[in-house]
Amino acid sequence: MNTPVRRIAIAVMAMVLLLLGNLTYVQVVKAGDYRDDSRNKRVLLAEYARKRGQISAGGQVVASSVPSDDELKYQRQYPDGPVYAPLTGYYSTIYGPSGLERAADSILNGSDDRLFVRRVSDLVTGRDPSGGNVVLTIDPEVQQAAYDQLSSKGYTGSIVALRPQTGEILGMVSTPSYDPSGLASHRAEEQKQAWTDLNAAKPPVLSNRAISERYPPGSTFKLIDVAAALSSGRYTPDSPFTAAPSITLEGTRTPLPNFGGNRCGGGETATLREALQRSCNTAFAELAAQLGTPAIQDQAAAFGIGSTDLSIPMKVAPSTLGDIENTAQLQQSSIGQASVALTPLQNAMVVAAIANGGEVMAPYLIQQIQDQELDTVSTTEPDRIGSAVNSGVARTLTEMMVNNENSYANLGKISGVQIAAKTGTAQHGADDSVPPHVWYVGFAPAEDPQVAVAVLVESGGDPNNLEATGGQVAAPLGRAVIRAALGKAP
Amino acid sequence: MAAVDDRPGAAPATPAPLPTGRGIELVLLAFAAVLVTGALGLVEANQEQQLTQALIWVGLAYLGLFTIAHFAVRRFAPYADPLILPSVALLNGLGLVMIHRLDLAELAQATAVGDPPPTELLSRQIAWTAVGLALFVAVLWLVRDHRKLSRYAFTCGLAGIVLLALPGLLPASISEVNGAKLWIRIGPVGIQPGEFAKILLIVFFAAFLVQKRELFTTAGRKFLGMEFPRPRDLGPLLLAWGLSIGVLVIERDLGSSLLFFGIVLVLLYAATERVSWLVIGLTIFMGGALIAYQLFGHVRVRVQVWLDPFADFNGTGFQIGQALFGLGTGGVGGTGLGAGRPDLVPFAYSDFMLSSLGEELGLIGLSAILVVYLVMITRGLRSALAVRDSFGKLLATGLSFAIALQIFTVIGGASKLIPLTGLTLPFLSYGGSSLVANYALVALLLRISNAARAPLNRRPAAPLPPIAEAGTELVERPK
Repeated sequence: MNTPVRRIAIAVMAMVLLLLGNLTYVQVVKAGDYRDDSRNKRVLLAEYARKRGQISAGGQVVASSVPSDDELKYQRQYPDGPVYAPLTGYYSTIYGPSGLERAADSILNGSDDRLFVRRVSDLVTGRDPSGGNVVLTIDPEVQQAAYDQLSSKGYTGSIVALRPQTGEILGMVSTPSYDPSGLASHRAEEQKQAWTDLNAAKPPVLSNRAISERYPPGSTFKLIDVAAALSSGRYTPDSPFTAAPSITLEGTRTPLPNFGGNRCGGGETATLREALQRSCNTAFAELAAQLGTPAIQDQAAAFGIGSTDLSIPMKVAPSTLGDIENTAQLQQSSIGQASVALTPLQNAMVVAAIANGGEVMAPYLIQQIQDQELDTVSTTEPDRIGSAVNSGVARTLTEMMVNNENSYANLGKISGVQIAAKTGTAQHGADDSVPPHVWYVGFAPAEDPQVAVAVLVESGGDPNNLEATGGQVAAPLGRAVIRAALGKAP
Repeated sequence: MAAVDDRPGAAPATPAPLPTGRGIELVLLAFAAVLVTGALGLVEANQEQQLTQALIWVGLAYLGLFTIAHFAVRRFAPYADPLILPSVALLNGLGLVMIHRLDLAELAQATAVGDPPPTELLSRQIAWTAVGLALFVAVLWLVRDHRKLSRYAFTCGLAGIVLLALPGLLPASISEVNGAKLWIRIGPVGIQPGEFAKILLIVFFAAFLVQKRELFTTAGRKFLGMEFPRPRDLGPLLLAWGLSIGVLVIERDLGSSLLFFGIVLVLLYAATERVSWLVIGLTIFMGGALIAYQLFGHVRVRVQVWLDPFADFNGTGFQIGQALFGLGTGGVGGTGLGAGRPDLVPFAYSDFMLSSLGEELGLIGLSAILVVYLVMITRGLRSALAVRDSFGKLLATGLSFAIALQIFTVIGGASKLIPLTGLTLPFLSYGGSSLVANYALVALLLRISNAARAPLNRRPAAPLPPIAEAGTELVERPK
């Protein structure tokens, strides 16, 4: 009976091979699926088992992990939740991370290459491995002021403040905001409830308007028209344009009126300076038709509009001019309407570039990466994207923006500080039954810029205020933020 | 062996020293001890534990127990196969390390939520190992010649059937754990009688088949090139089939059912050299399983969980789902001993020892473990080939194949190759019955391999055949 025994031995080997084949399928082919399955808590537990790094700004901790007494060893905390939520994002065991928690995850969880040396030394010294810390460029005073300005009035909107010379983001808020703590709860029901509530909130709270939402820039876009005009060398601030209260868009019968149907000043013509100050649509429609589509498009691109790879390190939605097919569309685009759509961050970049002698700096949020001992591992170097205008044009634009600011209503102006600015009031929606989005972009001090801001308030901040303008609603907010950035008492 | 003059009656002129293999066995045992110590060190390092005095005692107990086992083999079965005991020692040691690792996880979990510390399983398993090795030595000492076992064939068979059927007949409160009625639980001590029944039934069937071999080899019809037995000779097979289907339905355990019937079929095949028995057996087993699937809800649930464990992840599919997650997270290299979360799988220390090992040791570790099992099984089958008597051949084949089929159902079940069973991984899983029973099994295998490898003059004399089998002899009375 040796033959059957030999065959049985072969069968046993076949069985073992079958097992090995199946184990290979489970542990190699399907391994990724199983590892990343949301119901598989192993990766999550391993991540929570080590201390995730903290996020801080100006010495103030805005997100940190503290020991907890449950299965997940650390609890994520957001001490000033709503103020910083658009930046920190949330860190949910069920819904994953967002904001910096996602974009800077490799630093916070310690897997980033820049923390490699630290990891090795952790291994050797037997210290608990932990993530790296992120230090933000944010100035807590600016951030708090910007948040208070928007939220105290119940506005839906966003404020961005940049340091023009470097691109450091000094403040970035989005309102209404939310508290990420609910989504960091270790109790699944609490987390699910928070998720349901936050997603149902009206207006939406989870989106960071500063970088994820795009709005028609309205008259603030006229800065780009002027930049294009001055850069062409064919125009000066004193070049004359029509002062008519309304013109017909080229090749159509559609009228394009000035705001309130007013003439542009007292004369037959208005200078470019006056047209910008009074924000005359007719003059800019004429200018745009003279400049042509490529000049406007090139100038917009030079300021960064249309670039798709901007990240701070969160991904920034690309701003756009939309398709411009004819002169009529160009004329509407030139006053920041038609399909033009800018993020508040992009609009801040435009004024920051003017403040910086025409040089566009890449905006960034992460100042430093630190190891767990708070020793600096790496510091972000400012990155120049390119030149939008030459320094002469930038000087002229600044002078024209100073002229603007000085003509605006005196709402919250700061004594002893000269601001250079432009307001915007942009129609949106199908008809005139919703108030316009209002903008205020500017920088200060005009002679030595320290901060550039963009303020956007959705729908004029009040559904009934159909007459809302950037000068009335947005400008005081922008000035308050500038005041905070310059360290001036209110 | 070839050089030995084995003419009957001729004493070797110069007794050439025969290699017993005991030296190799000792070296391999030491190697297994080194591997196990290394594994323990990794667990302690990854779990940031200090080596406690208690753990050192456990380590010394392990070394002591296998030293005793080695000397028992030297004394009672000096020519036994040298690879089997070290394989067992390695598997048992790795099992102890993993049980200790899961103890640490349970303790940490209990401390975190403020529960009293859970029962420590390591010391119990060490105790069971001691009991198992005591039985191992006892079997080697009592069973000096495996052929004598065939005298007790029917006693073994009866005891085996009783043990196999007992949990099914007892109330669920005593016998049911985790959906399968496999246990006899009295107080804190639980026994799975099926583990012992397995060995007793193998002894019975091996003896029975040797005695009644003609019955199964009588030619019936030829069909598809195979000779099929006469229908009237199918009786014993149908009895075994009924028993195994009964186990499947009443005890709700595919594992024991498959194991029992598989062993019977393989022994029949080995005894008769007829493939037709396998064909008939597998056909009626499949038929029975299909009928059971149609008739019984719990069998259907098992199959549905097998087909898609994630359909009801938080219910019936949780255990196998977690096991697959563990295996997947471990991947090729594993997370490292002590660095994974095998404790997330319910029964990680017993039925799902596979996923615990697979998560922390990876595919590489599991492959190594499978190779160790394969070494054990093939050495057992090799003894079956080498031993001279039919009963020994059948017994060694049955015992070796029992281990093979058991690891197949357990590993296949935990990795979703076949529906889940309630069996344990021999020597690796926590569980007294399995460990003790398998030590008895290994002792029998060593006994047979000793008979196969010993020089002829050292082999025990063949016992006289039982009266019933003895050829009739005419004896003349002296005048």
